[in-house]
Amino acid sequence: MLRFILQRALYALPLIFVIIVVMFTLLHLIPGDPVQSLVGDYPVPPAYRAVIEEKYRLNDPFVVQVGNYVVAVLHGDFGFSYQNQRPVLDLILERAPRTILLASVGFAFAIPLGMAIGVVAGTTRNPGTDKFWTTSALIAYAIPTFWLGQLLVMLFALRFGWFPTQGIGPLISRAHGFDWLLEKARYLALPVLAFAIHEGMRFARIMRASVIDTLSQGYIVTARAKGLSRGQIIRNHILRNSSLPLVTIAGYSFGSALGGAVLLETVFTWPGLGLLMVDSIRLRDNLTVIGVVIFSALAVIVMNLIVDILYALLDPRIRTAG
Amino acid sequence: MSDLAVSDGAPDAPLLEVKDLKVHLRVADRLVRAVDGVDFKVDTAECVGVVGESGSGKSTLIRAISRLMPNLQVDELSGELRFEGRDILRMADRELRTLRRSRGFAMIFQDPLGYLNPTQRVGRQIAEALSPDGRGRSEHRRVLDLLDEVGFADPGAIARRYPHELSGGMRQRVMIAIALASDPKLLFADEPTTALDATVQLQVLETLYRLHKERNMAVAIITHDLGVVAELCDRVYVMQAGKFVENATAVDLFERPQHPYSARLVELSAHRLDFRGMQQ
Repeated sequence: MLRFILQRALYALPLIFVIIVVMFTLLHLIPGDPVQSLVGDYPVPPAYRAVIEEKYRLNDPFVVQVGNYVVAVLHGDFGFSYQNQRPVLDLILERAPRTILLASVGFAFAIPLGMAIGVVAGTTRNPGTDKFWTTSALIAYAIPTFWLGQLLVMLFALRFGWFPTQGIGPLISRAHGFDWLLEKARYLALPVLAFAIHEGMRFARIMRASVIDTLSQGYIVTARAKGLSRGQIIRNHILRNSSLPLVTIAGYSFGSALGGAVLLETVFTWPGLGLLMVDSIRLRDNLTVIGVVIFSALAVIVMNLIVDILYALLDPRIRTAG
Repeated sequence: MSDLAVSDGAPDAPLLEVKDLKVHLRVADRLVRAVDGVDFKVDTAECVGVVGESGSGKSTLIRAISRLMPNLQVDELSGELRFEGRDILRMADRELRTLRRSRGFAMIFQDPLGYLNPTQRVGRQIAEALSPDGRGRSEHRRVLDLLDEVGFADPGAIARRYPHELSGGMRQRVMIAIALASDPKLLFADEPTTALDATVQLQVLETLYRLHKERNMAVAIITHDLGVVAELCDRVYVMQAGKFVENATAVDLFERPQHPYSARLVELSAHRLDFRGMQQ
């Protein structure tokens, strides 16, 4: 098993390298003179240009520049954000935990929700029940998250006033212990709800298809022949075996959610990576944009690695083949 | 033989009695009379064979009798189905499950790989047949006993394996161990050796025969291989297009086949046996 994990991790390394190189190339291809953009709307004095070009080694061959950038990134140096007057890495490290919090709590609700609906729709012998859940899930999934988010805000925040409309709460909180948790939870509730409904319905559809496939397998007949009840068959055989496709899909979408749920964070002004990305694009803060993209790519790669490991844990056939 | 006194059928009633069984399936909007009015019986501790070519309805017959039909495509399922005198066609699910869990009937299948759960250790799958949620010490001991009984030299190691780590013959033995867990009076075997290598086929058949004798367990075996019938069975039904064309003792079938279709089957299998002989 350890060998399997190391092997998968080794596969990931060249991918990380390629992503950094590609991102740097994109940065390089962006039209405009970097020195000019530093100076702004004034003509660049030649002496200043020479100093800057020397300092940032802009006249080095492209390959050397790529090499320097890769080395810098591997040392955690994503450059300096002039718009925010802070190193890009600091920005990412400040924003990432908020995005990770939103994505994790969202998934913690979305996965059980999706599995439950999928199992109910997939195992029911009543076609009406199946149709009801399948249609509901499709409709809920089709609603764009930003609109769903706004609806939730209008209903639960504006009309009932149960939850705040936006943000992550006061910068310095007076609450302690359980109250502090409760305060956090109130700010989390609506974005998490929107997130869980959207992702959960997608998972429900995948889970239903997978449950139906599992039901047609021979070992379900064996389980019936053993005299197991419906509930026992679902618990002992269907849940785990149908979860395999869900692990893949959920893992990948968790990876991309770690890069920031752009629309959701915008609607709820949740200051995570997604919002940072949107702001940076608007301000043409290219280094920050590229930093966030590299971080997201890393998150996806790490999640894929975790998916591989989970898959091997759930399905012994893969362990042997690896 | 105190069991017979308990059952509510007549003392000499057959273990399994099927009368005028009809199974009509709906396959892609077409009505298929897979089993079309069949009378069938198995006596206590008897070994019965059902032979016929692919598509003759053998598997549907055994699935219907063991109540393991997929509900979806069944258009009509009628007739009389009695196990120890009890009507199993109209039996409630709960009662049927009790019968499967203890001293009733069990089943093994053609493709043991597909019929074992790929994500669970073999031992657990056998334990589940003993007790659905039980993984206690007494179950583990019984699992090892069962694995030993179906001929594994090292039951402890086999119990920890996953199905894909075993050979085809070993998987079929595991299936048999699962079937034996409920201590069945009747074992249905649906083409149990078709997917196996020739040498392994013989071992599995020998195991089945030994268990049939040692446990006084009735066996209803479905096959298209008359060789299997010759090895194992007391009595044979010959099936063609959803109907039985002949019901005879195994000896009679081979020596005096009554129906032209049976005669043809016997003749073909004799050719094949000759051919095997020539090869050796």
